[in-house]
Amino acid sequence: MTTLTPVLTKNWDLPNSFTLEGYGDYSAARSALAMDPDAIIQAVKDSGLRGRGGAGFPTGMKWGFIPQGDGKPHYLVVNADESEPGTCKDIPLMMANPHSLIEGVIITAFAIRANYAFIYIRGEVVHVIRRVQAAVREAYEKGYIGRGVFGSGYDLEIVVHSGAGAYICGEETALLDSLEGFRGQPRLKPPFPAVAGLYAAPTVVNNVESIASVPSIVANGAEWFAGMGTEKSKGFGIFSLSGHVTRPGQYEAPLGITLRELLDMAGGIREGHRLKFWTPGGSSTPIFTDEHLDVPLDFESVGAKGSMLGTRALQIFDETTCVVRATLRWTEFYAHESCGKCTPCREGTFWLKQVLKRLEKGQGTEDDLTTITDIADNILGRSFCALGDGATSPIYSSVQHFRDEYLKHFEIGGCPFDPALATVWGAK
Amino acid sequence: MTYSPEVRERLELDAKEIIGKYPKARSALLPLLHLVQSEDGYVSDAGQEFCAEMLGLSKAEVVGVSTFYTMYKRKPAGDYHVGVCINTLCAVMGGDQIWEELSEHTGIGHEEATSDGKVSLERIECNAACDFAPVMMVNWEFFDNQTPESAKQLVDDLRAGKPVVPTRGPGRLCTFKETSRVLSGLPDELAGEGPSAAGPSLEGLRIAKANGWEAPK
Ligand SMILES: Cc1cc2nc3c(=O)[nH]c(=O)nc-3n(C[C@H](O)[C@H](O)[C@H](O)COP(=O)(O)O)c2cc1C
Ligand code: SF4
Ligand code: FES
Repeated sequence: MTTLTPVLTKNWDLPNSFTLEGYGDYSAARSALAMDPDAIIQAVKDSGLRGRGGAGFPTGMKWGFIPQGDGKPHYLVVNADESEPGTCKDIPLMMANPHSLIEGVIITAFAIRANYAFIYIRGEVVHVIRRVQAAVREAYEKGYIGRGVFGSGYDLEIVVHSGAGAYICGEETALLDSLEGFRGQPRLKPPFPAVAGLYAAPTVVNNVESIASVPSIVANGAEWFAGMGTEKSKGFGIFSLSGHVTRPGQYEAPLGITLRELLDMAGGIREGHRLKFWTPGGSSTPIFTDEHLDVPLDFESVGAKGSMLGTRALQIFDETTCVVRATLRWTEFYAHESCGKCTPCREGTFWLKQVLKRLEKGQGTEDDLTTITDIADNILGRSFCALGDGATSPIYSSVQHFRDEYLKHFEIGGCPFDPALATVWGAK
Repeated sequence: MTYSPEVRERLELDAKEIIGKYPKARSALLPLLHLVQSEDGYVSDAGQEFCAEMLGLSKAEVVGVSTFYTMYKRKPAGDYHVGVCINTLCAVMGGDQIWEELSEHTGIGHEEATSDGKVSLERIECNAACDFAPVMMVNWEFFDNQTPESAKQLVDDLRAGKPVVPTRGPGRLCTFKETSRVLSGLPDELAGEGPSAAGPSLEGLRIAKANGWEAPK
């Protein structure tokens, strides 16, 4: 049986966890500053840490791409835009434990030889922004950042930057454009940010949880971290359970834990109901059903079953939920958030929305199912960035697993579900 | 419309402080637009002109950016800008019903404000609080685990000027303008208020402790 492994969430129940007093003395950053920066990069490589922002790229390898001795400034940008539907881990992490992020920023910036770091936080969470601002201020006052970090010759400025409402700004190159004061639209890659990122200088972009995990690796060693998780998906991660479960919440566990195990801890599906479908890693990851309860939640196993681990955003829906309604709403989200830069995504998400609306009202035909998968074929792999690809996930997977439910809608000329039954209060 | 000399002088001081944090001035554009909203409650003409002047941009460049982001309002937001999450998870858990009842109760729709200017409504996307569904936000503070009744009560209280407290946030609710100032990068003194974490955020930790589960030493 897999058990929980609180590391980042460990101090969240202290009333002052968001202050230095409730966090600790930055001992990992102090030891890191006495290390050779390349040795830090090597340790993170050895730990097997992979990006926690969705794509799972090896973190140490990303740092290793930053050219050294190039005479250019280097930048670290923390992606704190957390907007992928279902994803709700970085926000409580920064609210309760912002110092773990700042300590991680110090270590990372030192390792990649950056003297400037930005924390780009979505704007719609003002109290989280306050907490990070206050933690940064505390760290400056203590001399943990600023000129001469811990009395060394190393300087580091940290800027907390608020976004302004745009899911696409979570995409790393759109984020960089946004941080430069432009509309947040993705850039063509290559060049990758490691070569030409912020202000065209070498830049590492990492997720909040990736960076916040770094101090624990420095403190306890790469082997300690690699001792958790599975062969290629090492370490721990925060799993976010939401929806029709008895005790939704944040569960920090080794990668490879299963939904069955997590649901056991969370009291199961809400009483009197059963699991219908779920997302393993946010709305951009193809949905799973009750057939997938025992899939190890690591990058490889989830991928082998046709979905993606993504951000471990486990949105759980029981049998009262209409999958067509869910798919339509996610599709409306993608259509709304499409930045408009490329035609397949801009036009495709618009048409998907139109057809799905018709289907949900029971006014569609079986041909419409071919139409939506055809439109998806024209988006997937042809879009400029991964937002377009993500928009096709709910389409393909819902048609694959719940074709009959789509058909039912136009057989009876409407939605067969009562939305009131799915609500928190209407269930009994 | 331009700002009076006094307002202008005050805003310039703030703007210079913000711009000074960045290696390149244009990076301060999003923060400056938040600053404009802290003055006017929306991205006013005068405000966008001001941003352009401070950063050496054309007004068209500023407008091109401000219209891209949903948090910048093209007409004045209410003192209390109320968001109802209607992304799938919250919608299913009751957000759709909350939206319908709230919109009917107030007589206003998406991105509209009540005639007294107290409250505006917005259908918002996932606000990273799904484990607290259905979620609402007021001036970007969390109001977790809402019901149609609690939502209507909340808006009535806001309109009546009664004190209202976020579920995970400071002990008092800031106005839209006050909030915008924090977003511009000029902090207030409220960071220490409110819980570290609450409810579902602590569920996994609680269960780990009850079972004596820890990460390996
Ligand atoms: C549409 C879209 C939205 C994204 N949103 C986020 C986000 O909110 N936070 C995040 O860390 N990564 C997000 N990503 C992934 C980033 O592009 C990038 O892979 C990540 O920040 C890298 O950090 P990591 O390697 O530490 O995971 C998003 C990607 C796409 C395509
Ligand atoms: S895929 Fe969508 S979000 Fe990405 S660049 Fe194209 S239009 Fe913009
Ligand atoms: S879906 Fe409403 S907060 Fe995530």
